[in-house]
Amino acid sequence: MSYSFHSDNRLPQTRLAVVSYIIVGMIGLLLLGFWKLQVIDSDKYGQMAEQNRVRSIPIIAPRGRMLDRDGRVMVDNRPSFSVLLLRDDPKLVEQYLPAISDGLAISVDDLHEQLQNTRNLPKFQPIVIKPEASSADLDFIESHRSDIPVLEMLSVSRRRYMPNGFLAHATGYVGEASEQQIEASNTKLRPGDVVGMDGLERQYNDILMGTDGMRRVIVNSVGKEVDHLSQQDPIPGKQITLTIDYDLQTVAEQSLGQRPGAVVALDPRTGEVLAMVSRPTPDPNDFAVRIPKEEWRKLNEDPLHPLLNRAIQAQLAPGSVFKIITATAMLEDKVPPESYTAFCPGYGTFFGRQFKCWVYGKSSHGVVDLHKAILASCDVFFYNVGLKLGIDRLSFYATKFGLGHKTGIDLPSEKAGLMPSREWVERVFHRKWYEGEVISVATGQGAVITTPLQLARTIGGIASGGVFKQPHMLKDAQNIGEERFPISESTEQKITDAMYGVVNEPGGTGTQLKLTGIEMSGKSGTAQVIGYATRERLGKQKKFEDNAWFVGYAPKRNPEIVVAVLVQESGQHGGTASGPVARDIVKAYYDKKNRKIQGTVTAADQHGANPASGAAVVAPLVAVEPGEAPAAPAHSGDGKPEPQ
Amino acid sequence: MKDAPGTRDYDWWLIAILAAICALGVLEIYSATHASNLAGMHIKQIKWLLFGFAIMFGLSRVDYHLILDQALILYVVCLTALAAVLVLGGTRFGAKRWIHFLGQDFQVSELAKLIIIIVLARFFAEVRSDELDLRDLLKAGMLVGVPLALILKQPDLGTALVLVPMLAVGAFLAGLKWQHAGIFTLAGVLLVGAVFYPPVSKHLLKAYQRERITSFLHPEDDAKGSGYQLLQSKIAVGSGGFWGKGFGNGSQNQLGYIPVRYSDFIMSAWAEEQGFKGVLLALGLYMALLLRLVQNAQRAKDRAGMFLVMGVAAALGFHVLVNVAMVIGAMPVTGIPLPLMSYGGSATLFVFMAIGLVMNVRLRRFVN
Repeated sequence: MSYSFHSDNRLPQTRLAVVSYIIVGMIGLLLLGFWKLQVIDSDKYGQMAEQNRVRSIPIIAPRGRMLDRDGRVMVDNRPSFSVLLLRDDPKLVEQYLPAISDGLAISVDDLHEQLQNTRNLPKFQPIVIKPEASSADLDFIESHRSDIPVLEMLSVSRRRYMPNGFLAHATGYVGEASEQQIEASNTKLRPGDVVGMDGLERQYNDILMGTDGMRRVIVNSVGKEVDHLSQQDPIPGKQITLTIDYDLQTVAEQSLGQRPGAVVALDPRTGEVLAMVSRPTPDPNDFAVRIPKEEWRKLNEDPLHPLLNRAIQAQLAPGSVFKIITATAMLEDKVPPESYTAFCPGYGTFFGRQFKCWVYGKSSHGVVDLHKAILASCDVFFYNVGLKLGIDRLSFYATKFGLGHKTGIDLPSEKAGLMPSREWVERVFHRKWYEGEVISVATGQGAVITTPLQLARTIGGIASGGVFKQPHMLKDAQNIGEERFPISESTEQKITDAMYGVVNEPGGTGTQLKLTGIEMSGKSGTAQVIGYATRERLGKQKKFEDNAWFVGYAPKRNPEIVVAVLVQESGQHGGTASGPVARDIVKAYYDKKNRKIQGTVTAADQHGANPASGAAVVAPLVAVEPGEAPAAPAHSGDGKPEPQ
Repeated sequence: MKDAPGTRDYDWWLIAILAAICALGVLEIYSATHASNLAGMHIKQIKWLLFGFAIMFGLSRVDYHLILDQALILYVVCLTALAAVLVLGGTRFGAKRWIHFLGQDFQVSELAKLIIIIVLARFFAEVRSDELDLRDLLKAGMLVGVPLALILKQPDLGTALVLVPMLAVGAFLAGLKWQHAGIFTLAGVLLVGAVFYPPVSKHLLKAYQRERITSFLHPEDDAKGSGYQLLQSKIAVGSGGFWGKGFGNGSQNQLGYIPVRYSDFIMSAWAEEQGFKGVLLALGLYMALLLRLVQNAQRAKDRAGMFLVMGVAAALGFHVLVNVAMVIGAMPVTGIPLPLMSYGGSATLFVFMAIGLVMNVRLRRFVN
């Protein structure tokens, strides 16, 4: 019989048994694999499944608004959208970059850089690629939801500041929290949080900043929300009321114009800051959104330092404004006695050197007493007084009146200025004090430097009989600091009479600032940036022009308002360049006060006009031309000692 | 010659195991798709299964010897169809695998697997000696090699690989010499090594295949590719724990994190919702199925019947191994479905036709 596979029945039973064992072994191995995942590592994978499933989406809490003293909105929020890039899938993102770049008008390089900068953040955390989305951007995202699935919109609220840098240095600005801030915040801040970076925004960040809410949602594998787990509502930030008076601020802004310098207006009775201006100014609305690196670099490297708040950070020689301190020290210590007179031939000679009076070469002051010396700002008189007083007395009084230390205003980065003393030169220069140095210091030159805010507080305090209130910008601030250094009644009388005379008596350096019905008083100062000799050597240059000061107040005794004005490198004298600004503000203060008394202006009326919310800028109460300055060559100038 | 076996001659245990596995599959397909736009898929699967059972019973009635007699013709048909699909077949997901026939798209390679089982059974049955010599082994290799190359060309690595264990198991039972076994095992190991070694694999594999290998080795580098798929599958399995999250409650499954959760990754969805106890049940059923097939082989009337049954066992066993190992992240993504649980017409029909052959052998064990 031939072979047929039909009838071959030799079965390899042993090898079949081997195959069964292999099958059992194989299933056993697979079960071991499941045991590892499902029993041993179960918790780990359970958490990963939960992270997949649940997504926490922040709900941004709006920041508190800032109101002026009458409840008008100075800083507000506006709704806005940010464009988010979901980056859990780098390949997908890479693939869509050209389309995104096209649709949102961001360069591919820029997008790459942003991705590069955020590569250390967890992948599931989306990044903001365009903080300020236009309606065209939103349309683009909406219409390309299915074909560009890596874009998302985030509703946010942005800061809205007044236009053109109005009140900008006082309010400061916000920005995304820096790494250091996040670290210092004890996990309170997360990357991308908006915090105050400067000014009041920074000072009162804890009040202004709310607590972001959180939405926990279930998302499916393509990131679509399918269910809602829980929601924690955001707690909005609290609004703060400032001591700033919008009307006075408006006058201050317009009166200073675009000249570099600063204005600060205080109510010396309370320390409330009524107006604060610094020029040049950036527009903080530019920082409310992310600022391009290039712009930021430019702002920081600008030789004019627009980010500097000159009202509290410019430290300059106070010039003749300082003579009020010298004069007060003289009267209080009776050194030299009150009746002291000096002869001014247009210069004085001390230690074999000639010190010029500011009228040198044009005229001379002749015999001057204290009253006349303050009115005409005679340098020679104060050179002599300074020498007689000595640096110890001068330094003691100036320090008591607030120079050389911070006023304690509720703003970050206030500067302290400097009041020289024996101790100071020994500590810093390791040398003895030269007696001749006091000649310069007595007239506000030499090493003494002050901020505009310090001068306002000092002059306001002296005119208030030696009560120095801590300047502050929060209306309902508690525990306002106060320094008392009582000045005798007769001293206060004579000093304030003299400062009244500066504006109101013939021969004063600020007679063009006279206001009918208002006891406008004050003291001018024209401080040199460099000495006469140096200036002659270098020639006339803008940056070496004199700084013009005027500290004005009203009424004559126990003033309600004091205004310090600094106009830098104007080349004009204090009374001419800065005086009119002080006068405009004091006038505006009285105009408003009088109308209030007559009942025509109430805070309630003004609630309707919220300057920061509306587009239109409210017209100032007083029309001012910044450049306006009546020519009064013989009397508008101020002292120029030769600093040593 | 009694040619009409009675109903009691069917392997009812095998049918019960089969039905139980199918039931798990339908349940999980329902769970995975009922809340999505794929809802109703389990009904389609039930229709395929019913069709499959009918074909299984139909095929069991035709004497397998008659089928084996046609092996040469079937082999030619198989090669022609595989060649045709390369020329005429529809392209989907970058591969030519489907051919349109009788209003349905069929994956020709599924049919090819069945035919190769038959062809190999015939070939090994005709080897008369108790030991398989090298010549016969190389012949068998050639028989498998040609269709394997054609399927690789589609490309469909997964299906092509299934032919290898069929050959291996057949050769082993046909009396493969241990030294040959050693050499071929070594060759296999070298080949696998080459696949995983990029400088060599770039000559052997398509780009997408290399990518799967890479992402298997380094899943973290591949956020949403197959590395992501493997990771999500592992998360699903692991988060299921011992007791499972409950029917219809698997977040990985319901929210779509598991890739093709109703088909290739159905074991992942099952493991998430039913936990380790469910896996124990499912793998226990598969083990019972495979052992039952071996038992049928042991009781076959002749060598040809045994080779037929063991060819089926080799194919199904390999499917289970590769698919389940992929689900737990122990093997790269190959696109091999889990027999009887994964959704899919062609694959389901293949399994039932294969089991039909097994029934056929069983029904005739007492004949003659």
